[in-house]
Amino acid sequence: MKIILAEEDIRRIIIRITHEIIEKNKGTKNIVLIGIKRRGDFVTQRIAEQIKKSEGKKVPIGAVDINLYRDDLQLVAEAPIIEGTDIGFDINKKTVILVDDVLFTGRTVRAAIEEILDFGRPRVIQLAVLIDRGHRELPIQADYVGKKLPTSMNEIVDVQLKEVDGVDRVLLHLKGRSREAQPKAKSRITMAAPPRPKIRQLTITDKNEP
Amino acid sequence: MNPNPKKDLLGIENLPAKEIVNYLDTAEKFIEILERPIPFVPALRGKTILTLFFEPSTRTMLSFSMAAKRLSADVVSFSAATSAVKKGESLLDTARNIEAMKVDGVIVRHSASGAAQYLAERLSSFIINAGDGQHEHPTQAILDMMTMRRHFEGLKGLNVLIVGDITHSRVARSNIHGLNTMGAKVTVCGPPTLLPFGIDKLGVDVTHNLDKVIGDFDVVMALRIQLERQEAGLFPSTREYRELFGLTPERIKKMKPKAIVMHPGPTNRGLEIDPEVADGPRSVILEQVKNGVASRMAILFIHAGGKIE
Repeated sequence: MKIILAEEDIRRIIIRITHEIIEKNKGTKNIVLIGIKRRGDFVTQRIAEQIKKSEGKKVPIGAVDINLYRDDLQLVAEAPIIEGTDIGFDINKKTVILVDDVLFTGRTVRAAIEEILDFGRPRVIQLAVLIDRGHRELPIQADYVGKKLPTSMNEIVDVQLKEVDGVDRVLLHLKGRSREAQPKAKSRITMAAPPRPKIRQLTITDKNEP
Repeated sequence: MNPNPKKDLLGIENLPAKEIVNYLDTAEKFIEILERPIPFVPALRGKTILTLFFEPSTRTMLSFSMAAKRLSADVVSFSAATSAVKKGESLLDTARNIEAMKVDGVIVRHSASGAAQYLAERLSSFIINAGDGQHEHPTQAILDMMTMRRHFEGLKGLNVLIVGDITHSRVARSNIHGLNTMGAKVTVCGPPTLLPFGIDKLGVDVTHNLDKVIGDFDVVMALRIQLERQEAGLFPSTREYRELFGLTPERIKKMKPKAIVMHPGPTNRGLEIDPEVADGPRSVILEQVKNGVASRMAILFIHAGGKIE
C-alpha cells in the first residue's frame, strides 16, 4: 500500500482545480457543477465551496448516478443499487463541469455525458478529476486533473474522503490485498466490480470543509 | 413461495423486508426520471418484456408497458381476447411458444391462482405476477406501500384499514403480507360474507363497523366491489353496502387530520367510494397511479437489470 495523496495534497488540488476552472471559463458565469456519484459528488461540493471562497459566487450543484446508463448492466450479477440523479436546474446553454474522483477506462464518464444530454443541451461539458490513472478504453480526456498517476491494471486506486470514509487520502493497493481496517468504507475503484455502498444520504457540514 | 425470488416476483408473502425496501427505495429514485424532459433511461436497452394478460386490465398493463418503455425495453403484448387461447391453447403451450421466442421477462395476469408460479417453474424468463386469481398482486402492494411511505414516516407502526371484499381480493392479500412484514398494523373491514374465515390468522384485526373505527387509522383503503358478487348474493344491495361501508364525505370527516384514502382502481363511484372523496384532498388515487409506474420500473430493473446466474 502506498499513500499517493494526503489530506493537505487533496486540499491544494481542490484549490488549484477550482482556479483553473475559473481561469479557463473567465469567471463563474453559466458554470454548473455535476458530480458523478458517489465520491465525485463530494469532490464537487468541495470545488463549489472553493469557488464561493475565491469568487464569492454560488454555483448550482447537481449529481448523476450513472447506474442506469452503464454499458455493462448485462454483465453484472445483480442489479446495482440506484442512488438517484439530482439535477435541479436547467443545463441548456450552460458550462457543465463534470466531476469525478478517478478517471480510468472512461466508461463512467461516457455514461454520465449521455445522462446529462438527456437533461438538455449544455454549451460545453468539461471534465475535472482528482486522479487520472490511465488505461482509457474510450476516447475521453479530462480538462482538469488533480494528479496523473501511472498505474498497472492489477492496482487499485482507493480514494477516501472524509464525508464517506472519515479521512481524506488516496491510496494505491495491489488487487486482492485488504486495506487497513476501515469498517465504514467498502469502495474499490474498479470497473469490473463497482462499489455499491448502501449509505443513502449524507449531508455535508461545515466541519468537513477542507 | 417464490421458487427463486432473484428471478421472479410471484408474491409478497415470504418476501423479506430487505427485498421490499429495495423495491421501494429504487422506485423512489425512479420518480425523478418520470419528471425529466426526456423521461427515458437506457437501462434495459435490448431486453424484451412480454405482457401476457389473460384477464382484462387497462391500468396495470398500461402501467407495466410505460414502465418498461421508460427503461428502454421493448414491449410486446398479448391479450387473451385476441389470441390463440380462444382457440383452446393451453397455458403450457403458450409458455413454450414464449420460450421459443426468447423474451427476457414475462408479466402475467391470469384468473387462476398460481398461474404465475406455473410459468416461473417452466420458463427461463423472469416472471412478474400482475395478479393471479385470488392469490396475489405483488406490484400493487409495492406501489401502495410506496404511496403510504411517501405520506408518513415509514411504514412501521402505521395503522391501515382495508375495507371491502377481502375474500376475493388479491390486492388485500398482497398488502396484508407486505404491511405485516414492514411492521404496519392492518385491520380489515367489511360484511362478514366478504371476509374470509380465518383471516385473523394472517395477523390482522377484523371489524364490521366502519363508523366506529374509521377515526383510528392513518390509511383507509377501499377495494373495488365486484358487482358480479352482488348477484351471487354476498351482500343484500349496493345501496346498503354504500350505507355501511362506502367512503362517503360524512364518513371521512371522522378520519384523523392527516389520514389518506386509497383505492387500487378502477373505482365504482357512489358505491365503495363517493366521487367527492375520490377527487377530494385526502385521496391519493392518482399518486398511486404515478407511483405504480415508478414501482414497476424498479421491479423490472431489479429483475432484468442483472444477469441471472
